Amino acid sequence: MINTRDILETIQMIENENLDIRTVTMGISLLDCCCDDIDKSCGKVYDKITRLAERLVPEVDAIEKEYGIPIINKRIAVTPVAMLTAASGGDPVKYARTLQKVADTVGVNFIGGYSALVQKGFSAGDEALISSIPEALACTQNLCSSVNIGSTKAGINMDAVALMGKVIKRSAELTKDDNCIGAAKLVVFCNAPEDNPFMAGAFHGPGEPECVINVGVSGPGVVRAALSKIPGADIAEVADTVKKTAFKITRMGQLVATQAADRLGVPFGIVDLSLAPTPAVGDSVAHILEEMGLEQCGAHGTTACLALLNDAVKKGGTMASSHVGGLSGAFIPVSEDAGMIDAARSGCLTMEKLEAMTSVCSVGLDMIVIPGDTPADVISAIIADEAAIGMVNSKTTAVRLIPAIGRSGGEELNFGGLLGSGPVMKINTASPAKFISRGGRIPAPLQSLKN
Amino acid sequence: MRAVITVVGKDTVGILSGVSEVCAHNGINIIEVSQSILQELFCMIMLVDMEGATVTFSDFSDELKAMGREKNLQIHAMHEDVFNTMHHV
Repeated sequence: MINTRDILETIQMIENENLDIRTVTMGISLLDCCCDDIDKSCGKVYDKITRLAERLVPEVDAIEKEYGIPIINKRIAVTPVAMLTAASGGDPVKYARTLQKVADTVGVNFIGGYSALVQKGFSAGDEALISSIPEALACTQNLCSSVNIGSTKAGINMDAVALMGKVIKRSAELTKDDNCIGAAKLVVFCNAPEDNPFMAGAFHGPGEPECVINVGVSGPGVVRAALSKIPGADIAEVADTVKKTAFKITRMGQLVATQAADRLGVPFGIVDLSLAPTPAVGDSVAHILEEMGLEQCGAHGTTACLALLNDAVKKGGTMASSHVGGLSGAFIPVSEDAGMIDAARSGCLTMEKLEAMTSVCSVGLDMIVIPGDTPADVISAIIADEAAIGMVNSKTTAVRLIPAIGRSGGEELNFGGLLGSGPVMKINTASPAKFISRGGRIPAPLQSLKN
Repeated sequence: MRAVITVVGKDTVGILSGVSEVCAHNGINIIEVSQSILQELFCMIMLVDMEGATVTFSDFSDELKAMGREKNLQIHAMHEDVFNTMHHV
């Protein structure tokens, strides 16, 4: 029989340490739905997704019950809608409404893929889609959007960077009566992964199969609890403990992923080994860093602790799953993490420190509330900085900023649910206008020449 | 399938018989039981076979949870695979 201690440890993780599977995301290719009439194309999109994802929610709920593991979200990621717009023309917002209707029909929490990949330049459909993002996010509840504006191979598309500053601001303005939620559903990427199951950045890349199941795990609370049992240990032992814990968490993800894929008759894609926090007490990545010995997240030493954590999570998780992908690492979304919220409120965690942390975390500047009067070119410049970190380090970086329209320092936005709440953070507003207005493309770095 | 039932709580009369009774009337066979008492805290782990079960696993699990609430015990029933996957390489 299985060891008693192991059994109790698993129960403890689920009951008291918030271990859960964050998301089961079904990726669906919509390439065969393209046609030259947008209404016909929308009809095909609706039919195809509702057919393939019809059993997603009930089957995943059944797995949750049978295995006793909480599975928080069921989501869908689709082919970047800019590709459909390229063929069909017309107003892309029609696709947004169709995807919302799909989400309502199949009962998923989010549907991602209102996206465009423009790292090297705009092709047909891309600009129309990007310009329509604010309206699309304002007239839907469960749709998520992402735009890839740079990569290590292609460099950074500065025209897209300039455009995205305005799009983020407009998205917030159109939803200003609802905590500017539009901007919280929009992420700007450099080196976007094509198989990421996490929102808001999930989309089904063009290199992906017809239909696939990707799973994202969670479990910051479990890691923190494991570290709290070794208060005097040296740092190598800390890393080892994170590795072992990440292994166990990921095994759970692998089990759910293979079960879901089997029952739905769809290939299993990847497990995303991410430590994804929630605003719930005891489910915070910042608290792991504090457990390692920092007074508060944001103190000097934070970047080093995060680097160790991110690396150990990958080392532990890799062996636990047959296929690893997505973002895989530690997320640092400010408004979604109780410890980060506290650190941002107290002023210990600043924008500059967050930027430094993104050079070693798995994503980027995530869920950060900025003053509503921040000029669009400053937002663009933040995107450019973040993309540069991703481009040079061959890693994914992302920007998800929420301009709090009509609010300034000291005030807060409250999104509720998993998106949490966050204080308006102080940012440097010295003007980068001339740099942003130059346009063009930052050349790909030497790191891109690997052949 | 096989499932692992864990019961943790203050030791009182009839815990084992209560859980066994729920298993019996649902046609669930108990394969193995281990129990220990750590500082008055009762801890029992049961391995059961669901092969001949007359209820679905989730109904069975709900019934155990309800009994747990009544007797002030934490009772969980989980698929055996969860533990095998997590703790065995």
